[in-house]
Amino acid sequence: MNWTFFHKLGSPKWFYDISGRWLPWLATISALLMATGLTWGLLFAPPDYLQGNSYRIIFLHVPTAFLASAVYVMMACAGAVTLIWRVKLADVALKCMAPVGASFCLLALITGAIWGKPTWGTWWVWDARLTSVLILLFLYIGVIALRGAIRSTTTAAKACAVLSIVGVVNIPIIKFSVQWWNTLHQGATLKLTEKPAMAPEMLWPLLISILAFYLFFTAVLLLRMRTEILNRERRTQWVQQRLGG
Amino acid sequence: MSEQAISGWQAFSGVIRRDLTLAFRSPGQIVNPVAFYLMVASLFPLGIAPEEALLSRLAGGIVWIGALLAVLLSLDSLFRSDQEDGSLDQLLLSLHPLPLLVLAKITAHWLTSGLALIILAPVLALMLHLPAEAFPALMFSLLLGTPLLSLAGGIGAALTVRVQRGGLLLTLLSLPLYIPVLIFGTTAVQSAMDGMDYNGHLLWLGALLVLGICLAPLAIAASLRIVADG
Repeated sequence: MNWTFFHKLGSPKWFYDISGRWLPWLATISALLMATGLTWGLLFAPPDYLQGNSYRIIFLHVPTAFLASAVYVMMACAGAVTLIWRVKLADVALKCMAPVGASFCLLALITGAIWGKPTWGTWWVWDARLTSVLILLFLYIGVIALRGAIRSTTTAAKACAVLSIVGVVNIPIIKFSVQWWNTLHQGATLKLTEKPAMAPEMLWPLLISILAFYLFFTAVLLLRMRTEILNRERRTQWVQQRLGG
Repeated sequence: MSEQAISGWQAFSGVIRRDLTLAFRSPGQIVNPVAFYLMVASLFPLGIAPEEALLSRLAGGIVWIGALLAVLLSLDSLFRSDQEDGSLDQLLLSLHPLPLLVLAKITAHWLTSGLALIILAPVLALMLHLPAEAFPALMFSLLLGTPLLSLAGGIGAALTVRVQRGGLLLTLLSLPLYIPVLIFGTTAVQSAMDGMDYNGHLLWLGALLVLGICLAPLAIAASLRIVADG
């Protein structure tokens, strides 16, 4: 198997150049999709027969909640790559993902609370799904705090990698919490293996906004990683060349 | 004497014996978390309301939270004093597998913190009017849960061993891992109080404990090596 691509991807310089080319496209497509998905969902999709208009927050809640756990898994994978192959770029990714993932996690909790008030009659319940997502937020905070406390970059990289991998035990708990315990939170909205229970005129805007949020995350991540790379490699020649210094 | 002459089991028990001797020579290390436990648990009736009906509902949770916080406080000394006097480096250099030695240190930590808390727990539960039928559930859940607290907290203790004043950071890293243990422990007590079967919760704790014993020493050993390199 040809591993050149993998090794090239590990080079900060190559990554900086290629991501610079991808970024405008990613940002544009994500903005267009987000505008389409959210306008369709918030204005044109039919109201729910039971919840009326309040259900529309799913077009924000579901994508942010998806990303909150997906980003954590990506962070753990980046941690594994850091520990096993010592790819420097993986740690840049891990560092830049943590605050973004924490923000998505917080947004998922807040939009969930706003949805919960009219639907369940309460802002917050200590149910398994909500609690496990709250723990996920704490795990993100732990990784960010650990990074801040260790001065050496290489030690901080490996320490955060271990911590992210340990925290992954929480992900299956989040995923299956709605099946293992009787919770107020409903079961999975979308399943890969089954026909969705949602009406297509609600499902399409939801799928579009999920895709839009994933692209938005990728764009934000690339932007943050590019800044971080410039900061870490600021003494190298290629950075000075590109910044015209 | 060459190190190979010592078997893995001798190294394991040697580390335990050393840590226990050290702990008994400075009794504060054992007594302070226990005193803290007693004081935290007595804050709840004073802070909420000393009513018997209310307290008996809360007792299981109070005993558990007190134990959790006491273990958390004692964790900071798990590797720190060894790091300061250089014996941690000796453990890292040892020819014996580091996870095994780490497991020995965790066992010694549990014997001096978790076990002492378990012995005190029935007294506290009695003071907080825990119903008699919930006592077995409380004791079994603590017996399975407190080693897990030492194991999971050990990861945070290892990662923060070289951080100056790492106590608060250690708390931030460990508490998310403690929450599931707390949930299973207190729901076992609640189920017993409601007259329901609590074996399911205990089985969950047992499963987590097996997972912890298998994986946590590896994570702790890796963390210690990482932090030592930096």
